[in-house]
Amino acid sequence: MNALVSMSGIEKSFAGVPALSQANLEIAPGEVHALIGQNGAGKSTMIKVLTGVYDRDAGDVHLAGVPSRISTPREAQESGIATIYQELNLVPLRSVTENIIMGYEPKRLGFLVDWREGNMRAREVLMRFGIDIDVTEPLGNFSTAIQQLVAIARAVSLDAKLVIMDEPTSSLDASEVEVLFGVVRELKKQGVSVLYVSHFLDELFQICDRVTTMRDGRTVSTRNVQDTTKLEMIADMLGRNKDEIAADGLTDFAGAKAKKGDIVLRADSVSTGPRLTHFDLTLHRGEIVGLGGLLGSGRTEAARALFGVDGKRSGAIELHGVVGQPSGPGDAIVNGVGFLTEDRKAEGIIPDMSVRENMTLALLPKLASRGQIDFAREREIVQAFIDDLGIKAAHMDQPIRELSGGNQQKVLLARWLATQPDILILDEPTRGVDVGAKREIQSFIRSYVEKGFGVVLISSEFEELVEGADRIVVMHEGRSVKELTNPGVTENILVRALAHHEEGTGSWNAQ
Amino acid sequence: MLDETAFDLRKYLRRNSASVTVWIALLALILFGLMRYDNFGSAYNFSSFLNYNAMFIAIALGMCFVIMTGGIDLSVGSVAAFTSVVAAYLSPYGIQVALPGAVLAGVGFGAINAFCIIILRIPPFIATLATMLAAKGGALVISGAQTISVDWGSNFTKLGMGQAFGLFPWAIVIVAGLTLALWLVLERTTIGRTVLAIGGSEDASNLMGLKVNRAKAFVYLLSGGCAGLAGVFLASGFGAGQPLEGIGWELSAIASVVVGGTLLTGGMGSIPATVAGALLLGLVFNVLNFENGQGTISFSAYWQMVIRGGFLFAVILLQSRVIARQQKVLG
Amino acid sequence: MERAMKLPQRVASMPFRFHGGIAALVALLVFNAFFTPNFLQLQTLFVNISQVATIAIVAMGMTLVIATGGIDLSVGAVMALAGALAPLIFLSDLGSANPMLGVTLAIVLPLFIAGLCGVFNGVMVAVLNVQPIVATLILFISGRGIAQVLTNGNLQTFSNPSFSYLGTGKVLGLPFQGWLALAIACVLFWVITRTTWGRYLLAIGGNERAAYLSGGPVRRVKIGAYVICAVLAGLAGLIVVAINSASDAARNGNLMELDAIAAAVVGGALLQGGRAPIFGAILGAVIIQLVKYTLLANGVEDEVALIAKAVIIILAVWVQQFRRA
Repeated sequence: MNALVSMSGIEKSFAGVPALSQANLEIAPGEVHALIGQNGAGKSTMIKVLTGVYDRDAGDVHLAGVPSRISTPREAQESGIATIYQELNLVPLRSVTENIIMGYEPKRLGFLVDWREGNMRAREVLMRFGIDIDVTEPLGNFSTAIQQLVAIARAVSLDAKLVIMDEPTSSLDASEVEVLFGVVRELKKQGVSVLYVSHFLDELFQICDRVTTMRDGRTVSTRNVQDTTKLEMIADMLGRNKDEIAADGLTDFAGAKAKKGDIVLRADSVSTGPRLTHFDLTLHRGEIVGLGGLLGSGRTEAARALFGVDGKRSGAIELHGVVGQPSGPGDAIVNGVGFLTEDRKAEGIIPDMSVRENMTLALLPKLASRGQIDFAREREIVQAFIDDLGIKAAHMDQPIRELSGGNQQKVLLARWLATQPDILILDEPTRGVDVGAKREIQSFIRSYVEKGFGVVLISSEFEELVEGADRIVVMHEGRSVKELTNPGVTENILVRALAHHEEGTGSWNAQ
Repeated sequence: MLDETAFDLRKYLRRNSASVTVWIALLALILFGLMRYDNFGSAYNFSSFLNYNAMFIAIALGMCFVIMTGGIDLSVGSVAAFTSVVAAYLSPYGIQVALPGAVLAGVGFGAINAFCIIILRIPPFIATLATMLAAKGGALVISGAQTISVDWGSNFTKLGMGQAFGLFPWAIVIVAGLTLALWLVLERTTIGRTVLAIGGSEDASNLMGLKVNRAKAFVYLLSGGCAGLAGVFLASGFGAGQPLEGIGWELSAIASVVVGGTLLTGGMGSIPATVAGALLLGLVFNVLNFENGQGTISFSAYWQMVIRGGFLFAVILLQSRVIARQQKVLG
Repeated sequence: MERAMKLPQRVASMPFRFHGGIAALVALLVFNAFFTPNFLQLQTLFVNISQVATIAIVAMGMTLVIATGGIDLSVGAVMALAGALAPLIFLSDLGSANPMLGVTLAIVLPLFIAGLCGVFNGVMVAVLNVQPIVATLILFISGRGIAQVLTNGNLQTFSNPSFSYLGTGKVLGLPFQGWLALAIACVLFWVITRTTWGRYLLAIGGNERAAYLSGGPVRRVKIGAYVICAVLAGLAGLIVVAINSASDAARNGNLMELDAIAAAVVGGALLQGGRAPIFGAILGAVIIQLVKYTLLANGVEDEVALIAKAVIIILAVWVQQFRRA
């Protein structure tokens, strides 16, 4: 065995919930190895076990054949493993040189930092990647791409043998991606291994040698990139059979038949920035439109645009036939839009407030007359939702932080249902909740739509989209690229639509 | 910053626009004073001005390091009052005892701050506010709420009033030395660079494996020590330990630091510009004195605080734009 | 080590913010009843109420600001400014000519100016995104300076019974300002628990992002908190001037920001925001006043009382750290 890194039989649970079970990963010296999988498949847990952020419960980790004793990120660094995080771990106010040599400064007389030498080293290591910049300039003055490359340069200058890149291209534009790829190839040439985590499957074919796919905390497959296809990778990620996907034709299997009402929302080639460049959507009363796509495809950005959080740069949004983007969440709510955010903790709950206060937060303006809250009505409404949605809380004044994830999510759903929005945008409404609560939440959404309201449903779970949505707008790299209409959409068809576009060959209808 | 390539004036100006502005303002004010007042350029005014401001510069230097980590030290004024009393008590043993003794007392308060901030994880401004109270109380307790006269027989008073090399008061020489030393520490040592990195991003500094807690402890100890030194100057310059002095000094120091272009959020700062900022604020006061002396206007001394606040406001407005731009770059 | 870590956690797990405070209050009262001469006399109550009212009024405003996750260092300076303006107004020609109008203006105008200071602080924090401690530092410095410029640094003494009622009047035998503080507390308590503004205030402190995404008017509410805080500080400044029948811009409200923060924190306000215990602030103010009084009455010097206050602040915040974790 001459693998650089060999992880086998890794087990790791958090509070009894297994995050990794029997996970394996093997990286050869000088290879670019891709690690892919859905959200929650265990990729980042795997990396954190490798870099000593987490202790593993069971399993072996070998570095160059020797059992690894890494238990802190610092020790990982010293053993030659460098991680380039999505949120860059650099100091933008300081110069490029400092960011590269910090903590390992060359010294004169034993204590004076030798800037001449430091600048030279920094320039030298960047030149190896063909980057010629003024290293004395503050790092923050450069683009994200350059900053990322500086992070890589720091890793290399510390004699890294393995560089882990977590979603390195998610915030880069096309030309910057090319520069990054050049650096990855250069690393490979120098015998440095790269572990490359990405949701953009196209990229893997350009730079990776092998790809390991994870699903539900397990390693599903390790394939040579040359011998595989995107369809195969996606099938592995989702746990589907690729032949089945390819053969599946139109069936009338899933999807509810919706009676379409008037158009309540129209988005026409909306763009808010590099992450959302072209978004089209039409939503009628009484229908659920799903937004499908892999992570980073611009689904959440689209929702933020519709809710007025991100200002649009071009395109048009039309609510109830009136053109104009909401100026912010407050305005959006007044205009009958609701937005259940994806990140429950950071953007949803107010942990110390009660179930009641959390539930009526968006409804407050309607609950008050001259600024004074009508408590009787508030309690009435809250109690009705607690009963309807089956929210399990000791009482409505219990702090929301004491509730389970599923019940917290129901409270947040009620927060928006209570405002009776014509357009309800749900971003991953069932993420991180147990199966029972998931079913319930899905059925609430359906019954809400049947009352004649419109819902935009964002989900990473294809099953949820396929079974829940009347139509699915497929998104890819910030653009809406295809629309599928139920009945007739199956998971396989959706997957193929994604893969199809990823492969960029043939037309959809050819099948 | 320290590049071996040819000196590029334009680049230097762009990167150090704040420092350059404060130096230009300082020079302009000096020129204004020289042209307008007869005695402005006199050796007496020059040396007494510097002598008086030595303690403010010392405090500003310590504060600069604290602010560069993104922290703040509100206790410096009270600590200086406390150490001025300590210095007065120790003055009979001569400067060789009084100076280190008082500085050590200041470092002691710095240690309390460091302990509260690093170990107890109390926000810096709360911790140092509390130390401010404690030092103020302590100063009053050990002095019995009296000014404590220094021993005029010892060599202690030479510090504030005697002349080094027959030219400057010793206080100025000491502060000049301190400035140079701290400049070197900031620009050329690992701990100085760590201080800046922490202010830039504490998380990143930790992930880079820098010794964050050591550097944070260092800045609060340093700030305490600088305040201790200022207390020595206070006692020697006025011939007495002054337990009631030091009110509002922390604000002068913060204003000097900020006017000198140091970002209040940390991560960027300059030692010479901080000194220039302290001099500029002091000079405004000096000019007001002259102006009143001429009788052309009667600006009361109270304008000093208003002007200081105005300075701070203007600089913060500028900085908030810089910071906003920085955040935009980061996406 | 183990025990040392556990004790504060155990204390924290109790609803310490109120019960701990009340326990401290009871302990102080019992101690004083036994050891402090003449403690159980009406005169003692008078002295303490008239002293505690100003701290409590400022601490309540501070509590609102802290509830948003901010801080206001300028309260002492705003007190000085408002306090300096009042005598200038009723001693002016207009004020002397129309005593009624003069006194009315002497109360309304300073409060208005104080409110403007609050707008300044609030806009700096909520619109320009300057850290609260830095934003309020500006007025902390220059507010008192302006007050001293206005009065030329002179002590303004006056004799104006109707204005002095603010600080020396009695209602039902107890100091007027005590009732005033109580009334303000009731109003603020109502505002926080009963109005949308109060609900948003706590929501912003609890999770600003979530409050914004739920349509909360974040900027308006934050600015409002700073304005109320400044107006209350201005009122406290007027009371201090009324008590002394003299306005001293150099001393009025000096170090009040510390007392107010300490009272708010002891009363259970979380520095991270999200909680606005108004009556807790009063409790905190009473405790701080009683500590001061206890030490003084038992022959401990004023100076040592400062150190005691420092220890109280550190302890209160330290216990908070554990509660949050």
